[in-house]
Amino acid sequence: MKKVYGSATEALDGLLHDGMLIAAGGFGLCGIPELLLQAIKESGVKDLTFASNNAGVDDFGIGILLQTRQVRKMMSSYVGENAEFMRQYLSGELELEFNPQGTLAERMRAGGAGIAGFYTKTGYGTQIGEGKEVKDFDGENYILERGIFADLSIVKAWKADTTGNCIFRKTARNFNPPAAMCGKVCVMEVEEIVEPGELDPDQIHLPGVYVHRLIQGEHEKRIEKLTTRPAA
Amino acid sequence: MPWDREQMAARAAQELEDGTYVNLGIGIPTLVPNYIPEGVNVTLQSENGMLGMGPFPYEGEADPDLINAGKQTITELPHTSYFDSATSFGMIRGGKIAMAILGAMEVAENGDLANWMIPGKLVKGMGGAMDLVAGVQRVVVVMDHQNKAGESKLLKACTLPLTGTGVVNRIITNLGVLDVVEGGLKIVELAEGVTEEQLREATEATIL
Repeated sequence: MKKVYGSATEALDGLLHDGMLIAAGGFGLCGIPELLLQAIKESGVKDLTFASNNAGVDDFGIGILLQTRQVRKMMSSYVGENAEFMRQYLSGELELEFNPQGTLAERMRAGGAGIAGFYTKTGYGTQIGEGKEVKDFDGENYILERGIFADLSIVKAWKADTTGNCIFRKTARNFNPPAAMCGKVCVMEVEEIVEPGELDPDQIHLPGVYVHRLIQGEHEKRIEKLTTRPAA
Repeated sequence: MPWDREQMAARAAQELEDGTYVNLGIGIPTLVPNYIPEGVNVTLQSENGMLGMGPFPYEGEADPDLINAGKQTITELPHTSYFDSATSFGMIRGGKIAMAILGAMEVAENGDLANWMIPGKLVKGMGGAMDLVAGVQRVVVVMDHQNKAGESKLLKACTLPLTGTGVVNRIITNLGVLDVVEGGLKIVELAEGVTEEQLREATEATIL
């Protein structure tokens, strides 16, 4: 089965529809599927719900889809870096479902692993727990959280072979593996596609079974908060 | 004289135990690594998927694929490991991280913590704070004793939306160190030059 496509637009062909739920990898601007987000913007698809830890910044990441009003709802843990997001949220144009970061990651992992729900202590006794089932296990209270089953996953890895076996680089791994797992279809962008056998099978971070379509491209990899120390 | 930010960070660093894995929050906790005592080796966890967080990179050496939970560029160490976000919060929720040192807006005498949202103001999100306080073995809060209006941040009950219930073990403020115990707070230590009367005067929470 052919997994390698020529461009982000080609790789998304036939997969996009208004009102869909998309799980996206990335933490801040690190490891985001920037080429696929640009192609989604150009497609004009709208009323999207994104399960993504953050919402990008005004002009990069998911931020570019907020500018064009293509996003209806965000499922995120932290959205503090995006002024346009705040404006749309406070004016009621955008829906926001806060998820504790670990709960969001586990909801994606669970969805990808066929687990409909799980009990966690995170958020018990807070706003996050309101309206959710509480269960006592061995004297401690846990709340029920649901797995996320997305229509589409968009993720970014460092290198993949043509069958989708892939490797991430440093902290750009973050939400990409769980986001990749939880979609009915997963489209991945990488910096380099290699032939099978060129990656050590023992070093694969995410096996190709989770990856349906694959593109290689040039990434801007913008740094959100450049922080350095003076030379010694 | 009450402690300043640096002195609070230095006092918080005394909490670190050799050989443990620790998560540091934003604000004053980011200053703690500057004061880790001689002979104490701790491994810092960054919840975006890293154990063994190194210092900021030298100019020109920043890597966009290597950031901390505050999205700042950082470096790796020889013992560093990387993992995905589900694994990262698995180790947090699973109690493998010995301690979190966090900032706070309010702490209640029963250990309730509020540090993620002020209703009516800009809402940014809790990030990983709720997972951390629910999962790590010990939670140490570092914060000013009073807010800018001079009101106690150590309360009988939190007024802001909670991050977790009954999760705080120890509070380090500019006036001293207090533990959350049965029935209220217990003074562990006073900042140099601060009297017990001054600390009690500045505190709304029950002090035993």
